[in-house]
Amino acid sequence: MVEPGATDLTLDSAPYLAVDEHEVAIIGRSPWYLAWRRLRRNYVALASLGVFLLIVVCCSLAPVYAHHVAHSGPNDVHAGEHVRVSGKLRSVVGGGAVYDPKTNTFDVKPVIYLAPTWWHANGRFVLGTDKLGHDEAVRLLYGGLNSLKIGIGSAFLCTFFALVLALLAGHFGGWVDWVISRFFDLIWAFPVFLLAIAIGTALQVNGFHHFGINIVPGSLWIPTLVISYVLIPYVGRPIRGQILSLREKEFIEAAVGQGAGPLRVMFSELLPNVASTVLVLFTLIIANNIITEAGLSFLGAGVRPPSPSWGNLIASGQDQIQTAPWLCLAPGLAIVLTVLSLNVFGDGLRDALDPRAKVRLEH
Amino acid sequence: MVAFIIRRLIGMVFVLFGVSVLVYIIFILIPGGDPAERMAGKNPLPQNITNIRHQWGFDRPFYVQYVKLMEKAGTGLLPGKHSQYSILRSFDTRQDVAAEIKKGIPATLSLCVGAAMIWLFFGILVGVVSAVKAGRLSDRLITILALVGVSMPVFFLGIVLRYFLAEKPTNPPFPDGEYVPFSVSPTQWAYHLILPWFCLSVLFIGFYGRVLRSNMLDTMSEDYVRTARAKGLAPRQILLRHVLRNSLIPIVTLFGLDFAAVIGGGAILTETVFDLKGVGWYAAQSVGSLDLPPIMGVTLYGAFFIVVFSALVDFVYAFLDPRIRPT
Repeated sequence: MVEPGATDLTLDSAPYLAVDEHEVAIIGRSPWYLAWRRLRRNYVALASLGVFLLIVVCCSLAPVYAHHVAHSGPNDVHAGEHVRVSGKLRSVVGGGAVYDPKTNTFDVKPVIYLAPTWWHANGRFVLGTDKLGHDEAVRLLYGGLNSLKIGIGSAFLCTFFALVLALLAGHFGGWVDWVISRFFDLIWAFPVFLLAIAIGTALQVNGFHHFGINIVPGSLWIPTLVISYVLIPYVGRPIRGQILSLREKEFIEAAVGQGAGPLRVMFSELLPNVASTVLVLFTLIIANNIITEAGLSFLGAGVRPPSPSWGNLIASGQDQIQTAPWLCLAPGLAIVLTVLSLNVFGDGLRDALDPRAKVRLEH
Repeated sequence: MVAFIIRRLIGMVFVLFGVSVLVYIIFILIPGGDPAERMAGKNPLPQNITNIRHQWGFDRPFYVQYVKLMEKAGTGLLPGKHSQYSILRSFDTRQDVAAEIKKGIPATLSLCVGAAMIWLFFGILVGVVSAVKAGRLSDRLITILALVGVSMPVFFLGIVLRYFLAEKPTNPPFPDGEYVPFSVSPTQWAYHLILPWFCLSVLFIGFYGRVLRSNMLDTMSEDYVRTARAKGLAPRQILLRHVLRNSLIPIVTLFGLDFAAVIGGGAILTETVFDLKGVGWYAAQSVGSLDLPPIMGVTLYGAFFIVVFSALVDFVYAFLDPRIRPT
């Protein structure tokens, strides 16, 4: 260790002085490490992250569950079949018009759907069945898989495009900023959800076949792209504002003075400084996208049957809520749990990354 | 002030033009294909398709179609009788879109105005209570409730409310769906709207409560609040006159935007779940059959309404607060 002289004290000599005076070493800690240390103490946020990851893992295991436990695909129809529940034989969809060969008449009874069997039927129909005799638990998991794919996928796309646009607008200013801001204004002028429905429905008619992109109607890409498109200004605007104020800081001037080009300034000077905001917005926007997707699919402008998603499971269960309430309640509770865990984690993440930050998604 | 209004109006015209072009792109260019083939039904004669194409103007160049479309949207709003092809009509039912939307306005307006009053009142109440009791149990409870409110899809809440409170076979505490006009019976009107009001406002109550809470906590640490406290003002006075008044500014901005968005079609899920035959319900009915003109009409009129309304809000602000005029 080089002992620095008393005359040349610099910032670099601080650790040596600390060792000399107090016999403790100063360890350099990055802001990310400090944030992680704050987050580590926030048990509620960590638990929510755990819940969300658990949901993701469960939904990704949907094919395994369908094949090995429930022995039924998401679109397999079991109406008319029978299943053994706690040793008793029960029909999957019972009641309705039953032919009685003795009297040669039809006996009409109310239709009864198999209620949740939990584990009394060896893993079959754990959450009961719907009017076609689908295994609701399998559909719930596959639906969750679709909803999560759309939610996370559109959050990635939306954050990526919003970030690029915000960097361009904030860094170049002038007419680039004018064009991008007017683009944000234009989307902002519509009610978000209505715009999503409009684009979603228009795309469902014939799909999208322009610019060499081919998307067929009913594809999961439709809701993913629609949601990411309509939410771009909601992510882009706060980031653009931050970049505008960062651009005036001295370190940008220093980088430009060293000869850094626009790309280098944008990606290695500005980007790391908005990274924490982007991360928080990303978490919150996944939650928002899952809700938006559910709403779109509920109305029929998102994921269209027969592909399940939490939104259209609720829509199809709505008619039978009197006789089979579980069809609505199970996917609904799944949405609430997922979105709640993401929101709580997002709040915790924001507190950890920058306690003074006021990043939030505006509706 | 006059210069500000003129500048804002010119900007508004540009945004309206942009909105109309975007709507045209979404509904005419994106679907591609030919609506005439879908409208002619199964196994149509080629002559039928040609006729429909000609009558509805699908064979014209795209800029003519754009101008025609906007003309149709405009004439639909004018009173009086119109010929069949001069207004916006549904591809499926051939109904007059503007007339159907007008029919839905009372229900939508009742839902939105009532819900807006509820969410504004309770949002402010929740925000103030949780800011005053920051860190205590009641604050925690309110924060948790607000989080749950924000995380609950509106339509799921609506279905659950309807199932437990309105659809019970015996003596449900609330009536199920169906809008009763105010002129028929004000009490029944309110009684039928309680559940939809609650459902629509829950999300906003949670959101406004959280925003107001953090604003108030920030304002409470400002210097002028300390001065007010030091000169011996009563805590209640400081809270209402100094803290709340300043913290409400962002809430007022949010409220203007949200209210416009809800009226401009944002209440579509609530209306659908409760079978309230409003504007959003009308658009939602067409989603299933992929019938584009009704959705186009609602989107176009909704966006126009929002643009005009936000300009009006800006004028009111400029009048109230001279500082924002130059922007």
